[in-house]
Amino acid sequence: MVLLLQYMLLFASVLALVALGGCFSEHSGIINLGLEGIMVVGALGGALVLKYMPVDVPSFITVIVTLVGAIAFGMLYSALLGVAAIHFNADQTLIGTAMNMLATAVSAVIVKAINLSVDSSDVSSVVYYIDNRPDLTVQIGGFEFNWFMLVAVVAVIAAYVVLYKTRFGLRLMACGENPQAANSVGIDVFKMRWAGVLISGMLGGLGGIAYITAGSSWTFENGVAGYGFLALAVMIFGQWKPHRIALAALLFGFFRSLGSVYSGIPLLASMNIPSTVYNLLPYIISLIVLAFSSKNSMAPKAEGIPYDKSTR
Amino acid sequence: MKEKKSFLDRPSVQAVLAALICIVLGVLIGFIVLLLINPSEAFKGICSILKNYFNYPMGKICVKYFGSTLVKTSPLILCALSVCFCYKVGLFNIGAAGQYALGAGVALFCGLSLKLPWFLCVVLSAAAGALSGVLIGVLKAFRNVNEVISGIMLNWISLYCVNMLLAGVKEPTSPYTLKLQGHGNAAILPSLGLDKLFSNDKVTIAIPLSIIIAILVWFVLNKTEFGYELVATGYNKDAAKYAGMKEKKNIIVTLAIGGALAAIGASFFYLSGIAEWEVGQTSVPAMGFNGIAATFLGGLNPIGTIFSSYFIQHITDGAVFLDKTAFPSQIPDLITAIIIYLCGFMGFIRTLLHSKKKGDNR
Repeated sequence: MVLLLQYMLLFASVLALVALGGCFSEHSGIINLGLEGIMVVGALGGALVLKYMPVDVPSFITVIVTLVGAIAFGMLYSALLGVAAIHFNADQTLIGTAMNMLATAVSAVIVKAINLSVDSSDVSSVVYYIDNRPDLTVQIGGFEFNWFMLVAVVAVIAAYVVLYKTRFGLRLMACGENPQAANSVGIDVFKMRWAGVLISGMLGGLGGIAYITAGSSWTFENGVAGYGFLALAVMIFGQWKPHRIALAALLFGFFRSLGSVYSGIPLLASMNIPSTVYNLLPYIISLIVLAFSSKNSMAPKAEGIPYDKSTR
Repeated sequence: MKEKKSFLDRPSVQAVLAALICIVLGVLIGFIVLLLINPSEAFKGICSILKNYFNYPMGKICVKYFGSTLVKTSPLILCALSVCFCYKVGLFNIGAAGQYALGAGVALFCGLSLKLPWFLCVVLSAAAGALSGVLIGVLKAFRNVNEVISGIMLNWISLYCVNMLLAGVKEPTSPYTLKLQGHGNAAILPSLGLDKLFSNDKVTIAIPLSIIIAILVWFVLNKTEFGYELVATGYNKDAAKYAGMKEKKNIIVTLAIGGALAAIGASFFYLSGIAEWEVGQTSVPAMGFNGIAATFLGGLNPIGTIFSSYFIQHITDGAVFLDKTAFPSQIPDLITAIIIYLCGFMGFIRTLLHSKKKGDNR
């Protein structure tokens, strides 16, 4: 049971972080379908920090530098979306898809190039960070607390405060609802949209590193198995609101964790359901959830539409 | 001079020019990446990717591998047509990847387990793909679910289901499904002499068929009332509705056709016997995603996708000739992804070409 809770909280943290990223981007008016790719690239940034960090550095510093690495890579990568969607009026769905494909290719190329330069017979795309991984976790009894759980909680609270209680957040949301009106009262729509996209890059990168450090190595050819999109489902189910996103993430995290721990729960193990069914659960649940929560969607009105000043 | 201006102004010429600019930039960036990794081998590397089968000496063997590239091009053309058809109606069919997986699963299951003849395998796999498209369409039309997200979810669901379905017809000692040769001879696509022409027994009627289907899709979209109605729905859902078109039905029908196209592509690929399905694979086949690249590179034109699909498959196959000890094998994926990203700027590039022409007039 403790293990179930541990996995549930970890996967919920990943989904909450990435979904909040999507939430900021969409509130500013940009649909970020490239979250999957941002997760991969952010994960690469964090994983490389973990790999090269000397083991004797205090764990607090290792955690901080890893977070910074993931954030930096994620934000840098999200700029690809910013440039194309904000300044060149590109099709945001297309750009997001391209970013997802590019992320897997780029990170596999980078990791392979690093591995090849160390040992020319090593053609794998695996990064090992087993030495530094213990720094990310704290054992509390049988429960393995992961610092990313705290990061996710902080992110949810911060997102709520920023979106609803600050001038910046309200202006950001105005740009996603009615950019023409926002612009007419002197808000720089382009700047706000850049802020939304970069914040989504930051949170997406954090989600990526949180996702891959569930283990002690990661094969970068594989991407992140659709988690960026699951996070978007969480965001829609959470109706673009941080507190509801947190609850939605917990629900999805629960179903995901069942697949990892079902064999240890007597009731589930005795039902003899093939493991594939558990693997399928998060995707099936999200389809069902979407079918019931998309009808009265609270989506930002102007999302996905490039802002054209002349339409004011 | 005057003639050249009107030539540049034609939309088809602009589409080709924009595609070529994307390709050149994509290859250039790929070359720079090779330079960064291993400067002394970079030029040789990019050449071997671009040459693909020309790396072999001219003659029979070269033609044989040309045939292999064509065999892999035909499913790509169909995936691209799937994405293209839906995009014309304003829908982004990222579910093509899952429908491709589904098509592969059904085609192989029908061929290996039920021993059905090839045309039934193709029809049944098309039906499975269409069903998946209908599901996405119903969710979109009646429940307002974004087709990209439901498509991605169905990609994973289809992948896992196909792995379960094909677990019964796999080799006992390897993760791959049984070879059609010997276990489902009736399901192998006929080649009508094409195998002799290419001295490659995997070359089948799939190649001419996929080109015919591309022309058919072009015809339906541009020359029929049905296609006109679909495209009108894509331009403006509400206007189409007020003009008496059933916009919900159109969405569902479009996605069903898109799903069927992608699934037919998979059946063309696997029923040619060129490859087996790897049971237990954990990533969705790249073919569907490459289809997105081919669609946009082909200027959203069904005929254009034939050429763009060939180009993408050409460089993907070229990766085989890359020195594995010097470069990662993902370089062509990288180039393809960069090309798709650049396709997002195509509108901008066309405006540039257009304004350049205007500038000449002044």
